[in-house]
Amino acid sequence: MIDVKRGGWKSFPLGGVIPEGGTSVAYLTGEWRGGGKRPLLNLKACVHCLHCWISCPDSAILINGGKMVGFDYEHCKGCGMCAQECPPMVKAITMVAESQFGATL
Amino acid sequence: MLDVVTAPPETRVAPRAAMRSAKALTGNIAVAQAIRQINPHVCAAYPITPTTQIMQEVAQFVADGLMETELVPCESEHSAMSACVGASAAGARVITATSANGLALMWEVLYIASGLRLPVVMAVGNRALSGPLNIHCDHSDSMGARDSGWIQIYAETAQEAYDNILQAVRIAEHPDVLLPVMTCMDGFLTTHTSENVELLGDAEARDFVGAYHARYSLLDVDNPITYGPNDLPDSYTEHKYQQVLAMQNAARVICEIDKEFGERFGRSYGMIDTYCMEDAETAIVVLSSTAGIVKEMVDTLRAEGRKVGLLRPRVFRPFPAQELVDALKGLRAVAVMDRALSFGAEGGPLFTEVQSALRNAECGAPKVVSRVFGLGGRAVARDEIREIYDELDSDRPVKFRLVGVRE
Ligand code: SF4
Ligand code: SF4
Repeated sequence: MIDVKRGGWKSFPLGGVIPEGGTSVAYLTGEWRGGGKRPLLNLKACVHCLHCWISCPDSAILINGGKMVGFDYEHCKGCGMCAQECPPMVKAITMVAESQFGATL
Repeated sequence: MLDVVTAPPETRVAPRAAMRSAKALTGNIAVAQAIRQINPHVCAAYPITPTTQIMQEVAQFVADGLMETELVPCESEHSAMSACVGASAAGARVITATSANGLALMWEVLYIASGLRLPVVMAVGNRALSGPLNIHCDHSDSMGARDSGWIQIYAETAQEAYDNILQAVRIAEHPDVLLPVMTCMDGFLTTHTSENVELLGDAEARDFVGAYHARYSLLDVDNPITYGPNDLPDSYTEHKYQQVLAMQNAARVICEIDKEFGERFGRSYGMIDTYCMEDAETAIVVLSSTAGIVKEMVDTLRAEGRKVGLLRPRVFRPFPAQELVDALKGLRAVAVMDRALSFGAEGGPLFTEVQSALRNAECGAPKVVSRVFGLGGRAVARDEIREIYDELDSDRPVKFRLVGVRE
């Protein structure tokens, strides 16, 4: 993976090409939540319909054995789409201010 | 603007393989023949006078089964250059052609092609960038694109336009360069004028350009890559510096490939063309086909005992500053004839580059003046060229004027 913040021009592939696949995993978009909100799951209420999983633009909904188990906070940008799409009768996801959690991802 | 002129049928016939043939061909037909011989993977184009005929001929070659090229007729030049960028990123060898407002419509995509380091080759038939509406020759179109990161080569003759396309493919694809190349010729004066052109045999032309193996291909699904990701302030400067270096490398590569072309086929051009410069005291600097008529005036004035010369930069990007300085230092005065204006500047775009090269050289620089001529296809008369040489012998020639403008 190229270090775009510290690498020099000699280390960059020409034309800004990213010469390998799957590199978005290494790009921690979780930082983008900044002072915004993060989603929290009420696992007891969740009916595992996976509406949140299909709506999340960052593939940040963690699934295990076909069931919703939580969030990948290193990549969750805090957009709130999962909370919005969780069915109205369920509402298992709430968006909570980052200030509640200190400086951790 | 559609150009429905069809080439005479005999010019559509492919020369037999491995045979060289001298024919009376227009610049457009000569360039189309070069493209047929190169047989690129993709040509994506939109027609515009005076280069419509190039892709019209290529379309005929494809229809006649003389080329295997995927011809993509697009709905605009913006789309044409976008298709060229996409095809090149997919790993294809790509050639297109345009002029004037078509080139202008490609503008933003020109920067994408160079910035993504895609070796697209484009033939440009220089034409005035209207308005008021004018379809005739001047260099306002390609001069406007001089900062777009494309290599620019200007041909004096149809022969050179043909040779330049073959060389351009090699220059663009060279691993030390990987930049797009614009090969320019004067609209109508070269695109539509029949001259003697010697075509290479198909086999030797193809052997010269060789096979193209793209460094990356979007179609190589086993080795996934990303073209054109967001390049933020952290890394953008480094990518631009790579382009600066590639353009510097291009000067060396252009000379190497031109030399090889000369050794194989007997014609080479260098970065600049000079005529009677050895003992010249004054000189005209001019691009493209106008050099022909200036050479004739040099002969006339030399016969009268006057030490005059001509310098024609063949390559404008990268700018051959050192070659120019070496050829012009020690002269008394130089007139740079520009076929384009740069409104509000001290003179035409070629003038400012020449003046800057000479000033930086600190070499007893000659006096340099700007003469803008030939706008929108206005013919330049022999007497007007004589007058420019006469002005260079006067004590205080005006710094800038438009040749032939009526009061
Ligand atoms: S949308 Fe709500 S109920 Fe459905 S899986 Fe996600 S959190 Fe559970
Ligand atoms: S807040 Fe947005 S990014 Fe984060 S898990 Fe929900 S949908 Fe995905």
